[in-house]
Amino acid sequence: MIPMERMTKRSEPYVLAAIIVLSLLIQVRSGQFFSGNNLVDLARSLIVPGLFSVGCMMVIVSGGVDVSFPAIASLAMYVTDKILLASNYSGNVILAYAISAGLGLLMGALNGFLIGFLRLPTLVVTLGTSSLYTGLMYGAFSASASDVPLAIAMHGKEILFTATNPTSGLTSNMPVHILILIGVLILAFFLLRYTMLGRGIYAIGGDEMAAERAGFNVRGIKMFLYCFVGVLAGITGIVRISMMSYADPSTMLGMEMTVIAAVVLGGTRVTGGMGTLTGTILGVTLMTILSNSLILIGIPSYWTRVFTGAVIIIGTGVTAHQTITTRRRHAQAYKAAA
Amino acid sequence: MSAPVLKVEGITKSFGGVQALRGVSLDIAPGEIHCLAGENGSGKSTLIKVISGVYEPDVGWIEIQGQRFSHLNPKEAISLGIQVIYQDFSVFPNLSVMENLALNNELMDKRRFMNYRRARAIASNAISQIGFEVDLDERVENLTVADRQLIAICRALLQEAKLIIMDEPTSALTKKEVKALFAVIKGLQARGLSILFVSHKLDEVFEISERYTILRNGENVASGSTADLDRKTFAFHMTGRQFEDEYYKTPTMKGEPILSVRGLTLHGAYSDISFDLSAGEILGITGLLGSGRTELVETLFGILQPDAGQILIRGKESRIKSVKDAIRKGIGYVPSDRLTEGLFLPQAVDRNLVVTVLDRVSNRLGFLRHSQIAEMCQKWISEFSISVKSPDFPVMTLSGGNQQKVVVARWLATDPSILILNGPTMGVDIGSKYEIHVLLRELAAKGMAIIIVSDDLPEVLACASRILVMRAGAFVQELDPAVTTESKLSELSTGIA
Repeated sequence: MIPMERMTKRSEPYVLAAIIVLSLLIQVRSGQFFSGNNLVDLARSLIVPGLFSVGCMMVIVSGGVDVSFPAIASLAMYVTDKILLASNYSGNVILAYAISAGLGLLMGALNGFLIGFLRLPTLVVTLGTSSLYTGLMYGAFSASASDVPLAIAMHGKEILFTATNPTSGLTSNMPVHILILIGVLILAFFLLRYTMLGRGIYAIGGDEMAAERAGFNVRGIKMFLYCFVGVLAGITGIVRISMMSYADPSTMLGMEMTVIAAVVLGGTRVTGGMGTLTGTILGVTLMTILSNSLILIGIPSYWTRVFTGAVIIIGTGVTAHQTITTRRRHAQAYKAAA
Repeated sequence: MSAPVLKVEGITKSFGGVQALRGVSLDIAPGEIHCLAGENGSGKSTLIKVISGVYEPDVGWIEIQGQRFSHLNPKEAISLGIQVIYQDFSVFPNLSVMENLALNNELMDKRRFMNYRRARAIASNAISQIGFEVDLDERVENLTVADRQLIAICRALLQEAKLIIMDEPTSALTKKEVKALFAVIKGLQARGLSILFVSHKLDEVFEISERYTILRNGENVASGSTADLDRKTFAFHMTGRQFEDEYYKTPTMKGEPILSVRGLTLHGAYSDISFDLSAGEILGITGLLGSGRTELVETLFGILQPDAGQILIRGKESRIKSVKDAIRKGIGYVPSDRLTEGLFLPQAVDRNLVVTVLDRVSNRLGFLRHSQIAEMCQKWISEFSISVKSPDFPVMTLSGGNQQKVVVARWLATDPSILILNGPTMGVDIGSKYEIHVLLRELAAKGMAIIIVSDDLPEVLACASRILVMRAGAFVQELDPAVTTESKLSELSTGIA
């Protein structure tokens, strides 16, 4: 059991409370929130940002920041799409995932090399590679919205179940891709909590010099981390285009900011060393509700950006305030003891 | 005496053209507490790094338990039982106490997976070794500095340390914590461990160690039994200079007081404080941490606002509204923690020097006049003999003493009539300390009114013309340093006879 005092210092309970309040509010005003189709719609919209947020959280925990994952996802899925279309591929969708993940791995490895081995600052490197990959996509591959191979299109139509709204008759399908998100979450949970590699990511985020002295392979861990983000981005790219049934090169670009905001909102410390998967998913859920469901109570969609901004500022403000007050309390205790 | 646990002989090491060590030798017996002393730049850190395998010496050898090596790598040093506790303790602030204790061990065993039950067992074993009581699930960032240090010590014990090297272990501790640390060190000694205690603080060397080695400019200058060492020879070996004990006498230029404080009160910090300060005086305020001394001077500098009482400057009642206001009224303040409050460490020396007087070195449009800045910096650097290769070197490349001179010089640039220094020589080596004391006496003799807040009692005795002792937020007594002793001072400030 986690003691109560330690519980109130974490941000997960606050985010969860915000989600509950918000969903009850929407339910009371519209009566539509807790309908089956709305919940399935929410889960559906959660998949892509959810997948991105896992890698993003791990990078922030290690003390870095990655803004290149949407660009990696876009270029990886687009090249995969073109290769499969050109070769008239008619087999299983697994190959699409494999190629895209492989391309993501290569692109992530470039980040990992520049950051882990040349020790360049993470934000600058990933801003650079993000621009590089986007540029390649539009320049070298003259990307524009394109069809997807049959395998990917069929994969996008695989559903687990359908939810119907009894009053309006609207239906929503739960795509199989939710299983990929669940699988990635389980894998990441195990990795972060039960492997030395995962503990190393936290250790580097706490104090990189101390991690080195303790015997962690800091370069290796960073290399792994950015490769992992790359692979995850490659997979996410295929998830996205199969759910949309066409390959739009620009569909994911710009998502980095909302994903990073969701991760930070979920309690991941911007300076590194702290962050949980639970918090991250709660953060993504809150952001998704804001962008998906405010429309149910008649708030025009452009206002959702205002709400999103406010939630980010309030959310991170609360966390910052807590840190300051705990520190002050410790300083006082320290003075009293001296 | 049994075979030494560590013996180094004739170690020479140079970096580029700089000779950091010239033929240094050192030996430590099992169960011995050995003190390695020397000023900044004397080669202490280089020697530690040679012993712990970070640097490879150019000449010389290292012998550990009878085995002779021309050089070591860090892993070998650890497996031979040598552990270094760095000044920053190398802990992970974001992780639990348990993980901090167990991770190194698990990495040494080349584990791939984290087993929390095993980690807990390792950690509780580690803390029980020195009887350290701490919540294993607490995050290390929530612990005090002293507790973090104990974690680093426990972690060293887990690696079967035979020799623990502590690099300036007391620099961030309170007196009480230092006492507790010394008890732990004695306990380790009783178990047969050897300690190499790196310090430049004389009192600690006397209190804890049996033998000492002093380095100066990368050479052995003295070593032997601590019992044979006295204050003067220690200072001489450290600096190569002779110091005279001096007392400061107020010159006869008193007149009306520059600063008068009447019944000043800040709830929870101090109450009913009254005193006068005249030109040419050095007022020493001493007391324990938490006695209200820092809050008092921060009030005089406009950082805190008093709840009651008056401050009179040249007989006129004044309210010091802000730091800016204090500077305008001719008050300068050198804070106690120069690293976080006093200096812009990565910035160049010249920028640090002029930051208080930017309005005086800029033209009407607000652009800086660089020739004037250069001239001014040159003047301060030579006047204070700040040793820096060029004014555009970052302040963090300077030694503690030189950094402190930069802070003091910066305030003198504002021409204050009242200068307040909080812990003026904390963490400064003996040579620079002496120079700073001489400087303060000169400034006072020229007519500046100075307040020193310090718990370094010899310093207060040597510099102040008058001493006020604070305890629990009130002045307990005023003393004349010429007829006061250190023990009298510490008696008054602790309230324990």
